[in-house]
Amino acid sequence: MKVQLRQIAHGRAGDKGNRSNLSIFVYKPKHYDEVVRQVTAERLKKTFGGVLCGPIKRYELPNLHGLNFVMDQALEGGVNESLNLDGHGKSWSAMVLALEVEITEAD
Amino acid sequence: MDTQNIFRIGTGAGFSSDRLDPALDLLRHGNLHAMVFECVGERTLAFGHRDRCADPNRGYNPLLERRMRAVLPLAQAAGTKIVTNMGVANPRAAALRTVEIASKLGLKGLKIAAVTGDEVSHLLGPNSHLMEPNCKLSETGREMLAANAYLGIDAILPAIEAGADVIITGRVADPSLFLAPIAQHFGWDLDDWAILGAGTAVGHLLECGAQVTGGYFADPGYKEVPDLAHVGFPLAEVTAMGSATITKLPNSGGLVDQRTIKEQLLYEVHDPTAYLTPDVTADFSTVSLSDTGGDRVMVGQAGGGRRPDQLKVTVAFDGGLLAEAEISYAGPGAVGRARLAGEIVAERMTDHRTDFGGSNGPTRIDLIGVSALHASAVEYAATAQDVRLRCAMRASSRAEADLLLWEVEALLCCGPSAGGGYRGHVTPSVMTYSTFVDREDVKPALEMFST
Repeated sequence: MKVQLRQIAHGRAGDKGNRSNLSIFVYKPKHYDEVVRQVTAERLKKTFGGVLCGPIKRYELPNLHGLNFVMDQALEGGVNESLNLDGHGKSWSAMVLALEVEITEAD
Repeated sequence: MDTQNIFRIGTGAGFSSDRLDPALDLLRHGNLHAMVFECVGERTLAFGHRDRCADPNRGYNPLLERRMRAVLPLAQAAGTKIVTNMGVANPRAAALRTVEIASKLGLKGLKIAAVTGDEVSHLLGPNSHLMEPNCKLSETGREMLAANAYLGIDAILPAIEAGADVIITGRVADPSLFLAPIAQHFGWDLDDWAILGAGTAVGHLLECGAQVTGGYFADPGYKEVPDLAHVGFPLAEVTAMGSATITKLPNSGGLVDQRTIKEQLLYEVHDPTAYLTPDVTADFSTVSLSDTGGDRVMVGQAGGGRRPDQLKVTVAFDGGLLAEAEISYAGPGAVGRARLAGEIVAERMTDHRTDFGGSNGPTRIDLIGVSALHASAVEYAATAQDVRLRCAMRASSRAEADLLLWEVEALLCCGPSAGGGYRGHVTPSVMTYSTFVDREDVKPALEMFST
């Protein structure tokens, strides 16, 4: 079934300079492999490339059932240069948690 | 393991404008050895330099006075050491001000330390390489205001050894503010990378205050947080091995569980196997968590490797003025009218370019309520009926900045129908870039004052 990533995972975004990082953790370990397969750096780039201008690198943390995305040139120069209302990119996590993913079982 | 030997350390502020009441509760009831107020970010360091440029006696955290007046009596009564980077761009002025406040409160025998030496603009030159515009310093075309290296625990330890009750720094790596009193208490060696990595994980989890106790977390229907209005600040019970239980006061709001710990563990982290601080290359990928219930999570197994040979430096430049102006459109067709208004402002500002020799930057147009924070990536609500047009621009003179405000306000008569609620403001801005310097060139210094 298709669900919004938000239904099976949570996450948080942070910034350093012009680089943003975004973590995603699945609530249930059984969804980890499905999210690893579907929520890739390539997919983020393709979906949100309008904002995430630079390269995106993904780190996997299997023991925490989490992923960490590191996005270069994502913050329009960084919090002190950006004209974006959200210069830190703190809202990026909500953007990514809206992605749809296919899972085999919800519970 | 020596179970008797637990170091209790709490967070008094996780950012420059953080709340004060939870810090005071923690001081009263937390039975803490140390409390850290972490108040410097890239944005707030820039503000500090802006303030210091305007007045050489300022440049420290604007809430310093208010915080110190409330915190010092409680900290002295509880025997809790205070460590803070509230000195921001002017630690010495912050320490002197704190001495004044303590004296006025009649607090005798307090030792207050100023840790300086993070200002390293003398180490940079026109050819210094900046990351992230990826250019030489001279190529920015902007005036350098200051350059601050991230100091580590080696800058803070001498103040603790000298018996300081209150330690005020400028730019120090956030986790180091916590790691210093922990490492001093347990007598950890400064080249015991594994234990410094473990202590850095604890500092990192605490450094943003409520972000580990249920703040920056709630999402109704998905992630509920009890009594977020009264969210408590975190404290850690740290063992001599560097593992720690992260918790909060029992009667405070918020929550501590694996989810809040995980989100904060990776907050502002890039490679989880190599979190660089001036003290250690910490490895968070090996962390194990054990949720013992009752808002208590045990964190262990973080590791570490050799510290970097270079220190990161934030270089601040005059960023000119930021002009922002807003006006609202509501009711049927609101999106279309707001969009038209934005196009008109952009066109009029382009017409004005010749007035200023083409020096004003492009005007950013946001439709708040339709798509703003996520900009061109996603449009959320093409049928919104309450839309706020936001125009923003970086200007090099007040006249240029005012022009944007004027053009947005002029939409009232010369724009689409039914626009209202104009607001505009101009703020001086400081821009920051990063570079590195060799750590042996950076000389931290200590100055002690007492009441």
